[in-house]
Amino acid sequence: MIDISSNVENILYLISAALFIIGIKRLTSPVTARAGNRLSSVAMLLAIVITIIKYTDTNIEWIIVGLIIGSFIGIILSKYVQMTAMPQLVAIFNAFGGAASAIVAMYAVMYPSESNSTTFTLASVAFASIVGSITLTGSFIAFGKLQEIISTKPMLLPIRNFINIALFISILVFSVLLCIPETYDVSYLYIIVGLSLIVGILIVIPIGGADMPVVVALLNSYSGIAGAGAGFVLGNPVLIIAGSLVGASGLILTRIMTKAMNRSLLNVMLGGFGAEAGSSGSSDEETRPVTSLTSEDAAMILAYAESVIFVPGYGLAVAQAQHQINELSGLLKDKGISVKYAIHPVAGRMPGHMNVLLAEANVPYDELKDLDEINSEFERTDVAVVVGANDVTNPSARTDTSSPIYGMPILNVDKAKSVIVLKRSMASGFSGVQNELFFLDKTNMLFGDAKDSVEGMIKEVRELD
Amino acid sequence: MELVSLIIIFVLALFIGYEIITKVPPTLHTPLMSGSNAISGVVIVGAIIISSNTHSLLASIFSVVGVILATINVVGGFLVTDRMLGMFKKSKK
Repeated sequence: MIDISSNVENILYLISAALFIIGIKRLTSPVTARAGNRLSSVAMLLAIVITIIKYTDTNIEWIIVGLIIGSFIGIILSKYVQMTAMPQLVAIFNAFGGAASAIVAMYAVMYPSESNSTTFTLASVAFASIVGSITLTGSFIAFGKLQEIISTKPMLLPIRNFINIALFISILVFSVLLCIPETYDVSYLYIIVGLSLIVGILIVIPIGGADMPVVVALLNSYSGIAGAGAGFVLGNPVLIIAGSLVGASGLILTRIMTKAMNRSLLNVMLGGFGAEAGSSGSSDEETRPVTSLTSEDAAMILAYAESVIFVPGYGLAVAQAQHQINELSGLLKDKGISVKYAIHPVAGRMPGHMNVLLAEANVPYDELKDLDEINSEFERTDVAVVVGANDVTNPSARTDTSSPIYGMPILNVDKAKSVIVLKRSMASGFSGVQNELFFLDKTNMLFGDAKDSVEGMIKEVRELD
Repeated sequence: MELVSLIIIFVLALFIGYEIITKVPPTLHTPLMSGSNAISGVVIVGAIIISSNTHSLLASIFSVVGVILATINVVGGFLVTDRMLGMFKKSKK
């Protein structure tokens, strides 16, 4: 412990916070993003070093052991995770961050020092503990759904809305009791945390797999807000600034996702989307004919095209076909064919999931186009190849007012001159509705595992030379 | 710090966050999430502060669990973001 005045301490924290802001600002371009992330990590190191120098006394060895264990686990996780599993990893990190915030906040009440028993501090403790605990269990359920340990189908408890409201009211009541000096009791905090842990489970359980981008973004925001709450407990500015930056980031991403699905956050959080439509859809069996073709035919169509747009979806991630897609598009480019990728904001299981997968397979990021950039180009495109995407290409979102996905912004794949859809079966998408795109005259279905199908196409395109 | 100053800091930081993050392009949304996730691990600062001031074995264990969890979040988050961003390449035209 070195005696730094709190002015010097806060100035140093301010420098750290400013570096975080510059670091995030550099994430606005792929060219500067990596340097920006490194700058943020330097800011973090600065904040940690200031804190250790200023505060640690006899317990330094405990802290060092904690830092070493945590770093070791963090290094292992970040080194060996597959790019397809990125949403799971972010969910786990969210869980840990939320838990750490809850621990820091709870500590102030469990082991109080004389300075921190004001009502405001207690309210901050309650707030950070609630948000941190919800983040912890909610993220674990999200992880389970993404990893498919827990059913990805929406699970609906019969009186869940009643249970949720009762839980929220109880948490609120115990929080108030905790904050009022006359009724204060530490055990209320444990009740609040226990109930919040249950709430975290209950709010994520009813949400289906394809809505996970929204959930992961929202929990990301919560982990930041919990950190800011812990900052209020300790009166620490860098915690508040960094926490609220993350809180804002998660909220913005959440809004982008819900907008791209044409749904409100409330609608996503109430869950059950696709559950009702899915059950009625299966009884109404699809009998209309579709045109299917082989990899060889598909390769012929591609080889004689002048322009091709690939439309990747979650199925690409499941089949791990990103490297094959890049190889195929390389062959097509060698033939002088223009190749682009159309990425819907909710393709995959987290915001930007497809972009990272394709970047891993060496697809240059300037070939990846988002919805607004690419939609006008489909009409001028010879072949659109849909790889494991479904609802985001369904033209009934534009026309059929009775469809559950009506009004959702979609990729105008049906405007391309011809369409090839790589799909395992005719099963409906997450929304539970059948995709009208598959029944168009210009659409050809290539059934099978996406990786095998693309490999077949690569082989055939090679032989055409 | 005074309560009012903390609230001022909080509100202004939310505005700054909103302004810069809306400018992040969709292609970088996953690194943005994992990178900002690492930044939310800044609660490590809080975990270190409470760990420095413990009076019992139980309190030490409880607070060090906080340090470990926050460190995983920070170290893992920054490294995986760096790994991801290293993959983003421009086309060689």
